[in-house]
Amino acid sequence: MMSDLLTVRGLTLATPDKVLVEGLSFSIAPGERFGLIGESGSGKSLTSLAVTGLLAPSIRPAGSITLAGKEIIGAPEKRLVRMRGDAVATVFQEPLTALDPLMPLGRQIAGPVRRRLKRKGQEAGRVAVAREVRSLLELVRLPEPERLIRSYPHEVSGGQRQRVAIAMALACQPRLLIADEPTTALDVTTQAEIVRLITSLVEELGIALLFISHDLAVVGQVAESVMVMRDGRMIETGPAEQVLTRPEDSYTRSLVAAARRFDEALEGQP
Amino acid sequence: MTLMSVENVGFAYGSGRRVLEDVSFAVPRGANVGLVGESGSGKSTLLRLMLGLDSPQQGQILFDGAPLEARDRTFIQGYRKRVQAVFQDPYSSLNPAHRIGRIVSEPLRSLKVPGDHRKMAEEAITSVGLSADTLDRFPHQFSGGQRQRIAIARAIVARPELVLADEAVSALDLSTRVRVVDLFQEISERMTMIFVSHDMGVVAALCDQMVVLDRGRIVEAGATAEILRNPQHAYTQSLLASIPRMPEGPVTP
Repeated sequence: MMSDLLTVRGLTLATPDKVLVEGLSFSIAPGERFGLIGESGSGKSLTSLAVTGLLAPSIRPAGSITLAGKEIIGAPEKRLVRMRGDAVATVFQEPLTALDPLMPLGRQIAGPVRRRLKRKGQEAGRVAVAREVRSLLELVRLPEPERLIRSYPHEVSGGQRQRVAIAMALACQPRLLIADEPTTALDVTTQAEIVRLITSLVEELGIALLFISHDLAVVGQVAESVMVMRDGRMIETGPAEQVLTRPEDSYTRSLVAAARRFDEALEGQP
Repeated sequence: MTLMSVENVGFAYGSGRRVLEDVSFAVPRGANVGLVGESGSGKSTLLRLMLGLDSPQQGQILFDGAPLEARDRTFIQGYRKRVQAVFQDPYSSLNPAHRIGRIVSEPLRSLKVPGDHRKMAEEAITSVGLSADTLDRFPHQFSGGQRQRIAIARAIVARPELVLADEAVSALDLSTRVRVVDLFQEISERMTMIFVSHDMGVVAALCDQMVVLDRGRIVEAGATAEILRNPQHAYTQSLLASIPRMPEGPVTP
């Protein structure tokens, strides 16, 4: 058996007066697509911040998170910075806040590309970086790369901005991609395209995916295994197909029933 | 009988591009009409016009046979008594400094509705499934779903004929959303409702009729069941095809 890329054991996140996540354990194998389902306040986004070592200083982590064999909890910032480039990258919900509004998109993608080339001791001159940026834009299926490179975030659509954010995340060549509600701010037709893009990219590049969403149907399209969280605790975990069609826990059952109700309405059975 | 009729409405902000172009549909009294569209469809602008916050540059909107005059204060005063709204975000639509009782009874005061306002507010708040003592508390003491119930109580307290709901369940968690949809369904039996949303599933669950907007134009309109079964326009088809569905499997309610 291959050893896991990410292993979370007994993770507890707390502020001085409140426990936010308690006793969480799960693991993600290399190349695995893992879905984290939860409603607001479930602790799903905090968990992803803990994995990348980006927790606010007021939140104290306990337990263990190992990513690519290295412990995250208690690691010095210097190691975390390197790991965020090497091992893990995140795509957030709102690409407009993830991108710098005053910088052309090409330069924003070039940043992580240049850092990665330097880190790996490769040629990081203007030509090499520009070539890499263009191939990333092609990778995320963005049309007219020449125009996009010169465009500012507000000049392109929400779906295109999210593609740029994905390109920036992939620029690091991470082994784990975290996508935190990456389609929630998008129109449904754009959402479908981004979901297809993320799924095919992680497969193509052989990277693992931690996909976080409140939307059961979207997670069902992306993930092989899922975990349901509520109030900071794990409620149920297993293969996606099993949890979404034969849930064991009563809370998961109520979520699945609610999601199905809207599906059935769409089938004309209100 | 038609309660609201939108006739050949066109609208542009300033000298910009038209955001609504020749939009026409009718809302029969007692019906539940869903206005569906993605961002840029013009649905929010159409809602502004239906609320009387702006006037169309082409065409007109008739309410109960009379043209909606956004600039006519007396008309709008009367219109507000008959039409109320519920908005998307229950965190910004309730004044945090006011008690729920004051928030819910606000339409009664501003519309100078005669009668015992406290009693009417109690009736409204209990009809949305909250207890009467809710009225003595403040918005921050309630969850998102409860706040949206409070917003609904405020919308129905003056017994309007028409409720306009703007993405009124979109900000809610799934389990809460189902319960608030149930509440809207219950309320819609007593009044006419126009439900503006990007969420086809919610509109399918709530509305017997639906109007699909794309880039300022109506691409399809009619009975919800018919449109879902047999969408005619390519845009409606792609919209329906894009909605993620739950994996097939045994149903375990």
